[in-house]
Amino acid sequence: MSKHHISTSINGESREFLCETRQTLLDVLRDELGMIGSKEGCSSGDCGACSVEVDGRLVCSCLVLGVEVDGKEISTIEGMADGENLHPLQTKFLEHAALQCGVCTPGFLVAAKSLLDRNPNPTETEVRYWLAGNLCRCTGYDKIVRAVMDAADEMRSAS
Amino acid sequence: MDTKVKQSQGKLKWVGTRQVRPDGVDKVTGRARFGADYSLPGMLVGKVLRSPHAHARIISIDKSKAEALDGVKAVVSGEDFPDIAKEEAFIGEGPINFRYMAHNMMARDKALYDGHAVAAVAATSEEIAQKALALIDVQYEVLPHVIDVRDAMKPDAPILHDDLFTEGVTPEPTRASNIAKQVEFGRGDPDAGFAKADVIVERDYSTQPVHQAYIEPHATLASVDEEGKCQVWASSQGHFMVRAYCAKLLGLDLANIKVTPTEIGGGFGGKTLVYIEPVALLLSRRCSRPVKIVMDREEVFRSTGPAPGSHSTVKIGATKDGKIVAGYAEMRLQAGAYPGSQIGPAGMTAFAPYEIEDVKAVGIDVVVNRPKVAAYRAPGAPLAEFPVESAIDELADKLGMDPIEFRLKNAVKEGTQSCYGPVFQKIGFIETLEAVKNHDHYQTKLGPNQGRGVASGFWFNIGGESTATVNVNEDGSVVLIVGSPDIGGSRASLALMCAETLGIDYKQVRPLIGDTDAIGYTFLTGGSRVTFATGLAAIEAAKNCIDDLRKRAAILWDIDVSNVEWRDGVAHPVDAYSDEHEPMTLKQLAAQSAKTGGPITGHIALNAEGAGPGFGSHVCDVEVDPETGRVEILRYTAVQDAGRAIHPSYVEGQIQGGVAQGIGWALNEEYIYNAEGRLDNPGFLDYRVPVCSDLPMIDTVIVEVENPNHPYGVRGVGEVPIVPPLAAVANAIEAATGKRLADLPMSPPKVLAAIDE
Ligand code: FES
Ligand code: FES
Repeated sequence: MSKHHISTSINGESREFLCETRQTLLDVLRDELGMIGSKEGCSSGDCGACSVEVDGRLVCSCLVLGVEVDGKEISTIEGMADGENLHPLQTKFLEHAALQCGVCTPGFLVAAKSLLDRNPNPTETEVRYWLAGNLCRCTGYDKIVRAVMDAADEMRSAS
Repeated sequence: MDTKVKQSQGKLKWVGTRQVRPDGVDKVTGRARFGADYSLPGMLVGKVLRSPHAHARIISIDKSKAEALDGVKAVVSGEDFPDIAKEEAFIGEGPINFRYMAHNMMARDKALYDGHAVAAVAATSEEIAQKALALIDVQYEVLPHVIDVRDAMKPDAPILHDDLFTEGVTPEPTRASNIAKQVEFGRGDPDAGFAKADVIVERDYSTQPVHQAYIEPHATLASVDEEGKCQVWASSQGHFMVRAYCAKLLGLDLANIKVTPTEIGGGFGGKTLVYIEPVALLLSRRCSRPVKIVMDREEVFRSTGPAPGSHSTVKIGATKDGKIVAGYAEMRLQAGAYPGSQIGPAGMTAFAPYEIEDVKAVGIDVVVNRPKVAAYRAPGAPLAEFPVESAIDELADKLGMDPIEFRLKNAVKEGTQSCYGPVFQKIGFIETLEAVKNHDHYQTKLGPNQGRGVASGFWFNIGGESTATVNVNEDGSVVLIVGSPDIGGSRASLALMCAETLGIDYKQVRPLIGDTDAIGYTFLTGGSRVTFATGLAAIEAAKNCIDDLRKRAAILWDIDVSNVEWRDGVAHPVDAYSDEHEPMTLKQLAAQSAKTGGPITGHIALNAEGAGPGFGSHVCDVEVDPETGRVEILRYTAVQDAGRAIHPSYVEGQIQGGVAQGIGWALNEEYIYNAEGRLDNPGFLDYRVPVCSDLPMIDTVIVEVENPNHPYGVRGVGEVPIVPPLAAVANAIEAATGKRLADLPMSPPKVLAAIDE
C-alpha cells in the first residue's frame, strides 16, 4: 500500500511525513515523528490524553487521521513552553501539584490552554465542563481546576 | 557507630512544605516516558488474541497460517509456556497462586472469560500483527458460563475448575465447586452479643466490580539477546515484582532478567501483577528481536483485574445508650476466573474502626467467568466497610443519635484490641471524627432534596523491604537512588525527607529510581508503603551518609569521630574542639573527599515494620433529582490522619483522588455483561468514571497523629480515602430521600426506582 505524503506545521515548524491511510494523527505523532508527549489512553475519543489543536481547534488526535492534517497547523504539548519558559499553565500545574502520575497531564494542559485562548476568565463551572472530555483517575480534578483558574488569573493580570 | 544528628530547635525545614516535584517539568512538557513511550531498533509489535467466549474448552490452536504470513516473526500460545505447579504466596496486597497467574496470563485448556488471552504474535507492524491474530485458528467447545456470584454458588452452577474444592469448611467437600475458600475473623460470641442489643439492623448489600481505570493501559517492551539475557521495560507498581514473576512464569533465571521501570500512568493496585510482560519476553526469545506490547482500552477492561464485586449480609446490634455490642458480616466476593479475591482484608477491615466485643466476619471467595480480580486501593476494604458504615448510620438513626457521636462512642483508639486481632498503637481515628464534627461543613443548612452523609474508613498500611542509596557528588549535590516506582509524587516526598535528614537544600537532592540491577530489592508500590518504608530507607541511607561525612571531617581535623556532630548540613567539632576547627559544610567535605577516602555515600537495605494504621472520616452533601434519580455531589470534605504529611499537596491529592474513585464506585461504575457472558461496556464511554464536571472541589483536612515508628511520623495515606465515600454517599442519599440504597452503583434508574417505591 502506498503511503501518503503530508505537509503540515507542528508547533510552528513545517513538517512532512509519510503515513498510511489508516494511521491516526496520534499514531503519526508518536510513531512516525517521535513526539511521545501526546498519550493514548483509549483511542476512542473518551479520555482526552491525546488532545492537540488542529488549526486552533481542540481535537482528540486519536480521532483524526494523519491524512486529514495536510496543510493544517498543529499544536501539541511539546510546543507549549516558550524556550526555557514554561507556559503559566505548566507552572501552575506544578505549583498546585495538579498531577500525580502525570499521564493525563499533557492532554489537560493542551485542553486548558485552548480554553484560556477563548475564555481568559472562565468560571469554575466553565473550566469543569470544558475539561469534562479529559479523564484523570488520580487527582479527583480539584487541583487541576485550581491550577487552571490560577493560571487564568495570572495571565489576565500579566496582559 | 551511633549517629549524632541534631535538628536545630526541632523545627523541620523541608518536611511539610509544598515543593515542586523533581520530575515535574518532564511531566508538564511531555518528556516523561511512560510504558508505551519506549522503543528499540528492530522492535516488533506484539498483540494478544483473546477469547470471545466466557467459558470454553480449547480443543486446538492452529498457528500455522499466522506463522506463514509475511512479517510475522513469532506466534505463541499456552503450550509454549512452562507448566506451573500450584504455589501460594501472599505478596503485596493479596494472595497469589503462580499457577493461576500463569493460566490467567495465557489460557491453557480452558478460556475462562471473555478477553482471556489464548495466543500472541509478534510482527513487523501493527497491521500485520492484527492480520496474524485473525489467522490463528482456535477451536473452542463453548461451555455454560456463570457471571453472578450467587448463581455461581448454586449446586447446579457451571463449574470453572474441576479441581477446586472449598477450603476452610468442615466437613471437607467431596465435590468441586466455585466456592474456593471461606475465612473467618472475630472474637467472642456474636449470638450472645446480639442478645444484649436493644436495637439491631440487618440488611443485604451488593457492590459491583469496578476497574482501577488507570489512564495508561498496560505496556511493556522486552528484549532477549542470543545469550538469553532478558531486558524488560515495564509500567508497573514494582519492577522487582515484574522480574520475579517473569522468572517464575517462564522458568527463567532471575539473574538473567533486568527490569527497568518506566513512568507509570496510574496503577491503584492494578499494576501489581504481570499480564503481558512474560508474553513479550517469550515472543522476543523466539525471534531474538525486541517486542513491544501495548494493551488497548478494551483489553484493559476485558482482561485485567477489577476489584471484586460482592454480596454481603451485615448485622449490627447496639444498646440504647449507643454502645455497639455485636457485629456479624458474611461477604461473598467475586474472585473472577481464578481464586484469590481479598476475603482476608475484607474480613479484617469490616469492623476494624469499632470496638466490638462479640463480632464475626466471614469472607467467601467465589470464582465466576469474569477477569481475575486484582488489588484496587485498600483491596477488600471498600466493599466490606460500605455495608458496615451504612448499618452504623441506620443504627444511629434508630437510636436518635448523631452519626459522629455514635461513632465516637464506639471508635477504636490507642490500646484497643482490633476486631481482627492486634492491639492498636497510636492512631488518629477519634481525631478525624472530631475534625468532621467541628468542621463548618457539618454545620451548614441543606435545602430540599438534599442530604448529608458521613462515613469512616480504615486501612492497615504496610511497610516491607526497601533499599536506598545516597551518593554525594563532588559539588555537594546528592543523588538518592531508590527502588520504588513513583506513582504519584513519591520522588518529592523521598527527596524532602532526604534533604531534611542531611540538612541540605531540597533542590540539591536528585531522586532516581534504579532498575533491578542498579539498586537492591525493593518490594512493590502498594499498601501505601512508599513514603513510610522507602521513606525510612531514604532517611536511614542519609544517616549512614552523615556517618561517613562525620568520619571525613574527623580525618581532616584529626580528631575522633565521636567529637564530630552533624547539624543542619554542617559538621561541627564538639566541646573541647569547637574552637579549634571551622565547621565544614557538606559541600566542603564533598570537595575534599578524595583526600579522606574517596566518594561519600550512604546505603541501607531494610524491612520496615510498624506501618501506622490509617483512618479517615468523610462528610458528603448530595442533591437528588426527584425526576431523574440523578445524584449530584454538592460538597465533600475528607478528613484523614496522615501521621505527618511530608508533602501536604500530594497527601491532599491522594485523598482527593481516592474520594473521586470512591464516588465513581458509589454512583456510576459497573460492568455490564450480556447473556453470552461478554462484556458490553469495555470503554470509557460506557464504563463511566467521574469526569471533571461530575465533581465539586474536594476539601481535605489532614490530621497529624504521628506514627511512633517513623522518624517523621509518617503513615500511609493512599488507600484509606477510597473506603468511606461509598457509604458517605449512600448515607447522604438516605438523608435526602429517606431511602436506603444497598446495591451499588446508585445510578439514576436505581435511585429513581427507590424514590418511586
Ligand atoms: S486516546 Fe484519544 S481520547 Fe483517549
Ligand atoms: S494524574 Fe494520573 S491520570 Fe491524571
